[in-house]
Amino acid sequence: MIGLGHYLAVGAILFVLGVFGIFLNRKNVIVILMAIELILLSVNINLVAFSAFLGDMVGQVFAMFVLTVAAAEAAIGLAILVIYFRGRGTIAVDDINQMKG
Amino acid sequence: MIQAIVFLPLLAAIVAGLGNRMIGNFAAKLVTTGALFVAMALSWPIFLGFLAGTETSQLHPVAEWISSGALQVEWALRVDALTAVMLVVVTSVSALVHLYSWGYMAEDDSQPRFFAYLSLFTFAMLMLVTADNLVQMFFGWEGVGLASYLLIGFWYHKPSANAAALKAFIVNRIGDFGFSLGIFATFLVFGTISIPAILAAAPGMAGATIGFLGMRVDTMTLICILLFIGACGKSAQLGLHTWLPDAMEGPTPVSALIHAATMVTAGVFMVCRLSPMFETSPTATAVVTIVGAATAIFAATVGTVQNDIKRVIAYSTCSQLGYMFFAAGVGAYGAAMFHLFTHAAFKALLFLGAGSVIHAMHHEQDMRFYGALRKEIPWTFWAMTIGTLAITGVGIVQVAGLPSLGFAGFFSKDAIIESAYASGRAFGGFAFFIGVLAALLTSFYSWRLVFLTFFGKARWAASEHVQHALHGDAHDHPDAEDAGHDTAPHEAMPETGTGGYHPHESPWTILVPLALLSLGAVLAGQLFHEAFIGAERAPHFWAGTVAFSEHLAHASHAVPLWVKLSASAAMLTGFLIAFSAYIRNPAFPAAFVGQFEILYRFLLNKWYFDELYDVLFVRPSLWLGRLLWKRGDEGTIDRFGPDGAAAAVFAGTRLAARVQTGYLYTYALVMLLGVAAAMTWVMAR
Repeated sequence: MIGLGHYLAVGAILFVLGVFGIFLNRKNVIVILMAIELILLSVNINLVAFSAFLGDMVGQVFAMFVLTVAAAEAAIGLAILVIYFRGRGTIAVDDINQMKG
Repeated sequence: MIQAIVFLPLLAAIVAGLGNRMIGNFAAKLVTTGALFVAMALSWPIFLGFLAGTETSQLHPVAEWISSGALQVEWALRVDALTAVMLVVVTSVSALVHLYSWGYMAEDDSQPRFFAYLSLFTFAMLMLVTADNLVQMFFGWEGVGLASYLLIGFWYHKPSANAAALKAFIVNRIGDFGFSLGIFATFLVFGTISIPAILAAAPGMAGATIGFLGMRVDTMTLICILLFIGACGKSAQLGLHTWLPDAMEGPTPVSALIHAATMVTAGVFMVCRLSPMFETSPTATAVVTIVGAATAIFAATVGTVQNDIKRVIAYSTCSQLGYMFFAAGVGAYGAAMFHLFTHAAFKALLFLGAGSVIHAMHHEQDMRFYGALRKEIPWTFWAMTIGTLAITGVGIVQVAGLPSLGFAGFFSKDAIIESAYASGRAFGGFAFFIGVLAALLTSFYSWRLVFLTFFGKARWAASEHVQHALHGDAHDHPDAEDAGHDTAPHEAMPETGTGGYHPHESPWTILVPLALLSLGAVLAGQLFHEAFIGAERAPHFWAGTVAFSEHLAHASHAVPLWVKLSASAAMLTGFLIAFSAYIRNPAFPAAFVGQFEILYRFLLNKWYFDELYDVLFVRPSLWLGRLLWKRGDEGTIDRFGPDGAAAAVFAGTRLAARVQTGYLYTYALVMLLGVAAAMTWVMAR
């Protein structure tokens, strides 16, 4: 029988994958966007799992909201990326350090 | 009237000093000189009134100054016999010096400043001598110190003048420290700083003791010695004398007014003013006697070998001040004040005469480049001769009912020497012996000055100043005074020859003060000795303002004949030595110096006092100052204080800047760590 713990474990694995996707990624910004997507999905899994476990629909409603926000975020992120590429000619993460003090 | 005497010079100083751009040179000089002549004209009637016995001691309050608990200090002008003596001395010499400066400073660029300083000095000196309490006296004391500093450094573009001004100021600070401690101690002991109240209470304090530096010491001895340290600084007594010869960097009228006639006698005046206090402590009077006698002989020995005409007279002043102090030390306060009075006349005369010579010789001050000036500047020659006759004490001792006759110094110096012999105090005999010896040296160096300057062959050709004057490549630069001839061989006379130069006699503004002071130098002793030191008249004249001892006056009158003749004999001996060494046999000094090279060097270098102080005080304080500066201030306070804080902030910002990589993932990591930490904290709570 697959219990709550399994769902949570999958969520945690996805979350850690997402976090490491952000930190260890040296390729390009799209991977970061994908990693953020992974983190949001892991959160969704947690929400849905707890919703089913507790029999409370609020968690699933929240998951729907998160999905909407994630879609909007992906759209805005990609739009920024396109603009950025036009301006700088690259989207490699290691080249983006203009905030350096 | 006394208010006018004291405050007119201040007013003139303010007008000339602050308004000189508006009113111009001539008006500034006229205002200051006029004010001083008015003050002089007002002072003499007061003095003559005291002489005639028609004036009495008065106190003129001016304003309240400090009122704090038991400390009540008022500005008040005190007029009594002692003040009257100082009033005529100060205003007369000052007025004549003002007039003299019209001629002497005629080519200077900043004459109003000079005259303003002179008047300011006169005001401060008058505040000093009219003081009714010690704090007002201290005000005048510091005021004259300030004016002295300003006037020594008058030619402020000369480094040597600035150094001399600083030296005078700093050495005087040491004395003033003693003086202020003395005032504090007086207030502590007596609860008042009013001079009459202190003098009235002083005899009751004799024998009391007080804790000082962890020891029990005699109260009156302590106070008197502290005050005497102040007097030593101002009056250039041995130990604190080093500033006076250097003060000759100032213009010559300043030397005459401040460093001969008035300011340097402030110490003597103070001891006389407080004489009832000094009389309560035999130890203090013994100290005064010893220091005075030591100064008299020390300065006289040094004066015999100096080549700069002003320095000879400066050491002479120092020596004569020593006379005054040991006179006070043996209890002959009348004689001390009398010598102060006559000395003011003849020493101002000598200085102004020396200034006239310097003026004629185009600011050459080295006597080795003088000679044969007798014919060229006859008025100056006669004035200097009268001054020399007065300082050496030429006169006829009273014999068989005939009154004694003599120049000013004869009466005062003989009175001091006889009093020292007759006093019977500790070190009285020592002071007598030193006094006679110093009289011999005084006579020698005074006549040496006259012979080197006015007799012999002209030796002007070698003088740089005269050469400048001849070739006109430097018109007039009083700042070139004392440019130094260190390369010239000492005592070996330079080539003779006039070099084609013709000294010119000084203008009337210089000659009139010389003439008036000559009159003073001739007559001051003859006219006033009965009033100042006579056993019959003096007690009425002084009327208790100094601790005049009738007994001592009688005793000094009754000393054996050989004592009376000793000073004159010493004077004659000194004259004969000088005459034979500088007129009869001019090769003798060089031969003598060759024989006693070490002694000569010792004297020429002023007993190595400056070198000794350099090693003892100047170098250690420089070393200490550098240590505190480099190690203490820069090494510790700055390093761990402001500099350290700045460096820490800088290093911190460098570290913080390194965190700002600009890479997105670094910020994300920090955010994550922050969230994780916050979560941990929330859960662990």
